Amino acid sequence: MIEQTVFYIFSALLLLSAGLMITVRNPVFAALFLILSFFSTSAIWLLLEAEFLAIILVVVYVGAVMVLFMFVVMMLDINLSALREGFARYLPIGGMVAISMALSMVLVINAGEFGLASDTVQRHSADYSNTKELGATLYTHYLYPFEIAGAILLVAIIAAITLTMRGARSSKAQKPGEQVAVKSTDRLRIVKMKVEKTGSDREQDPVTESDQEQESI
Amino acid sequence: MITLSNVLVLAALLFCISVAGIFLNRKNILIILMCIELMLLSVNMNFIAFSYFLGDINGQIFVFFILTVAAAESAIGLAILVVLFRNRNTINVDDLKSMEG
Repeated sequence: MIEQTVFYIFSALLLLSAGLMITVRNPVFAALFLILSFFSTSAIWLLLEAEFLAIILVVVYVGAVMVLFMFVVMMLDINLSALREGFARYLPIGGMVAISMALSMVLVINAGEFGLASDTVQRHSADYSNTKELGATLYTHYLYPFEIAGAILLVAIIAAITLTMRGARSSKAQKPGEQVAVKSTDRLRIVKMKVEKTGSDREQDPVTESDQEQESI
Repeated sequence: MITLSNVLVLAALLFCISVAGIFLNRKNILIILMCIELMLLSVNMNFIAFSYFLGDINGQIFVFFILTVAAAESAIGLAILVVLFRNRNTINVDDLKSMEG
């Protein structure tokens, strides 16, 4: 009974925050409502005994991905009114598509084929560790997909950095190729020129320069 | 006592809400990305529900991988968004049709 109550409370919270997320005006509030829906989902997952993934959802998703979203939302100076136009125009068709899709899905799901109840599920004892079992499966049967997942994350890191990095050319980096290929004539240039002033003229130079400055002032 | 169809209906409703969100906010790439996150979340909830009610841990492994790929996808999507905004100074979908796709 209490299980059902908790489930319904968090389901209502989840659907409410998801609905607010798609209708709210400000993208910052949309991101915050998405965070709220992640939290309520995590509570439902805890109810379904997926403890590790519930915590991962909060730590990784809310802690990293949604913070990234918030960074981007606050970094971009968005013209909100231009982005909102067409909201009312697409409301009927969007709502119709969503409602018809929901109706068909719910009719299929409620057809009686999915009537497994939680009191028929075999409960685990208190010292059961969800993380332990997940790890035991992940590192044996799914070791190769696990490593591919690591490679995917590496590709994502490299792609994101190369996309957003705008040339680090302002740094004073050495170019060894050019340093090795340099010739002595590139560094020192001997210019032949005739002598312009004699030693006796040099003493009068400051005087004439200061005179010129005064004239210019 | 919650049944499997309870959780499945919840996930289906969540999916439909995010589909409606893509329809409603079709000018704003940022909200569309958030709606995609919500869709992945509802699919994950299906996996968790089946994993719990059938007593099979493999569903949770799938959720693990989906979370990984979703994190990578949103990171790359946001990077593309930032580059787009830097070059075009807009994230309006209608202004981004220079390729006429």
